[in-house]
Amino acid sequence: MYVDDGPTAGVEPALSTPGLTRRELLRAGVLGGAALATAAGALALPRHAAAAGLAGVVTGGGHLGAHGSHESMMAVGELRPGGFDPAAFLGHFDGGKVSRLASGQTLREYEIVAMEREIEVAPGVFFPAWTYNGQVPGPTIRCTEGDRLRVRFANAGSHPHTIHFHGIHPAGMDGSFEIVPPGGSFLYEFDAEPFGLHLYHCHAVPLKRHLHKGLYGTFIIDPRGGRPPARELVMVMNGFDTNLDGENEVYAVNTVAHHYQKHPIPVRLGELVRLYLVNVTEFDLINSLHLHGNLFRCYRTGTDLERYEYTDTVMLCQGERAVLEFSFKYPGKYMFHAHQSEFAELGWTGVFDVREEPHA
Amino acid sequence: MPETLTAPPGPRGEAAPPAPGPRRALPGWAKGAGPLLLLAVLVLAFLRFGPVGVFRKGFPPVEELTVERITLPRPGELRVSVVNSGPEPVTIAQVLVDDAAWAHSLDGGRTLGRLERRTVTIPYPWVEGEPVAVKLVTATGLTFDGEVAVATETPRASGRFVGTFALLGIYAGVIPVFLGLLWLPFLRTLERRWVDFFLSLTVGLLVFLGVDALGEALEFAGRVPGPYQGTGLVLLGVAGTPLALGALGRRGRSGAGAATPWAVATLVAAGIGLHNLGEGLLIGSAYATGEIALGTFLVVGFLIHNTTEGLGIVAPLARERPAPGRLLLLGALAGVPTVVGAWIGGFTHSPFWTTLFFAVGVGAIAQVVFVLWRMLAGREGGALLRPLNAAGLLAGLLVMYATGLLVPA
Repeated sequence: MYVDDGPTAGVEPALSTPGLTRRELLRAGVLGGAALATAAGALALPRHAAAAGLAGVVTGGGHLGAHGSHESMMAVGELRPGGFDPAAFLGHFDGGKVSRLASGQTLREYEIVAMEREIEVAPGVFFPAWTYNGQVPGPTIRCTEGDRLRVRFANAGSHPHTIHFHGIHPAGMDGSFEIVPPGGSFLYEFDAEPFGLHLYHCHAVPLKRHLHKGLYGTFIIDPRGGRPPARELVMVMNGFDTNLDGENEVYAVNTVAHHYQKHPIPVRLGELVRLYLVNVTEFDLINSLHLHGNLFRCYRTGTDLERYEYTDTVMLCQGERAVLEFSFKYPGKYMFHAHQSEFAELGWTGVFDVREEPHA
Repeated sequence: MPETLTAPPGPRGEAAPPAPGPRRALPGWAKGAGPLLLLAVLVLAFLRFGPVGVFRKGFPPVEELTVERITLPRPGELRVSVVNSGPEPVTIAQVLVDDAAWAHSLDGGRTLGRLERRTVTIPYPWVEGEPVAVKLVTATGLTFDGEVAVATETPRASGRFVGTFALLGIYAGVIPVFLGLLWLPFLRTLERRWVDFFLSLTVGLLVFLGVDALGEALEFAGRVPGPYQGTGLVLLGVAGTPLALGALGRRGRSGAGAATPWAVATLVAAGIGLHNLGEGLLIGSAYATGEIALGTFLVVGFLIHNTTEGLGIVAPLARERPAPGRLLLLGALAGVPTVVGAWIGGFTHSPFWTTLFFAVGVGAIAQVVFVLWRMLAGREGGALLRPLNAAGLLAGLLVMYATGLLVPA
């Protein structure tokens, strides 16, 4: 089960590369002219070989450079410190302020504020976003089936906004007709049902803009008996059209291009990993996740504990979501990414770093 | 100095400033500097206190990057030359190649001030013969594109390529001009009115070449980074060249005598030479950017097209007894620039210089047309609008049009 203990729960700090960063290396390479290709190759190829695990050894001339290695195909640089931390977001669940109603029902209270904020969607690339609580995706709201939810929504933005929760609730709590003007507020109150993996998002028009700008988040309702203990991660598949031409320049899970590729997610060998995967990609009909070196049990929408599909690739339409469960049999580095190559190459790629020793 | 700023000594002094007035209240230079000083103060005040701040706050920064050239120096590497052509600093944050985020390095900081340049080096496994699209993503998420239509290794200034481009230039420019010179013996058998016909035909050829080059100049002007004002550059070349040539021509001449046939022939050769420089640029850059088929068509097209240029050069000399050496020099003046153009086009590529070269070519041609016009008009009954001469002019245009069909647009 999850714990509500702050934004860094469950995830150890991102792995950092000792010594030279890739950017420094490249810069040095340019100074050295022709040294570039060989230097990058020397770094990239052996590391890739190590990632291949077991007996596989990659051999080849340094003249190939970084070509063909995933090291060269990614956004360069690091995020500005102090901003959104994708590593922390991955394992953070917001259970709200918990109390008990007279009836014995659990009450969970949340505060959500819509505000405008510039966010970093790839190192050095800033996007004028509309956010819930200043972050994209918004906080991952988590509760248990049957809980009473009270969500105080304030609109501190300059456009009308709402929160539309997926799930079962009365009409007046739907957030589709109760548009909150700038400076206004609204109290959503309903019982959490059914259990599963849902989402919430703004339902003001034009919808496409309000979603693409970042007004969305994950909404998890746990079954009464809970799910088996696992390492739980949230991944929201999203994209950003930074030049406003109707196509995304950046694709990611949790907003930042290539972040989990540069900072692999540590996972323990054999431990059960549960991935809450939500698709809110705008401008593309579908998105997908493919896992390397493994297969996962896929519970579509997470509303059923029994039926599942055993696969390594899942495709989700906009607004669809799935709970994926898996554990790794071998240590090493395993990629996960959209199987649409373009999405992967524009940022929707990550790596699981599977180790035998326990992580923090 | 304050006097300068407040008011001139009298209202009459202001009413007719260009007139050499007898008033001497202030030295002449001070009268000239006064308005300048006032202007400087106003500019500073506007930049400091002007209403621009309102817009700055209300609008996102205007970013403008121009991708000047993409070269492929070796397999697996791209080099993108960019210039910040906008008024605001631009920060290059990421680079996308063929819709994939890619590692890269810059020969300097990521932020470019106005008109600053950078070369972005990208280790990218480009595929021979296929297009490559490069997108530079700025800090604000704007993107600026560059494309290589056909990926092939960019020729370096090796002896082999210098030789090859020279050969291409010789084929396209030098040989046809010399072929055209061979018309001289034929011209010398003609009566004067037929010589005038061929002179008119030369005017037609030149007008066609001039308009053609103007079109090219304006097309390239569109690719010149904004602050360098491509269209203004065209005007500078087109208007400046005849002014400069005219002034030079007047200096070289003693008195008001008309241009000699040799002078006219030299002018024609020079004008054609400048035009051929532009043609060489096209050929060179076509080969350098991997558009082999286009380059080959250009060479064949220009080969046929330019034969008529030689005719244009010798037409004014129909009544002369030229020494072969001087004729060769004229041919070289018209033809060799094609070789130079091929080198420039093949090894460097800057829309700025290409635009300027074409514009200068247009200006030179305009000057030659003007001289020929006066030459014809000065002769007895030789005005351009006489039926035979008008027919010659039209024939010149038609010949160029017909041979131009062989040159791909």
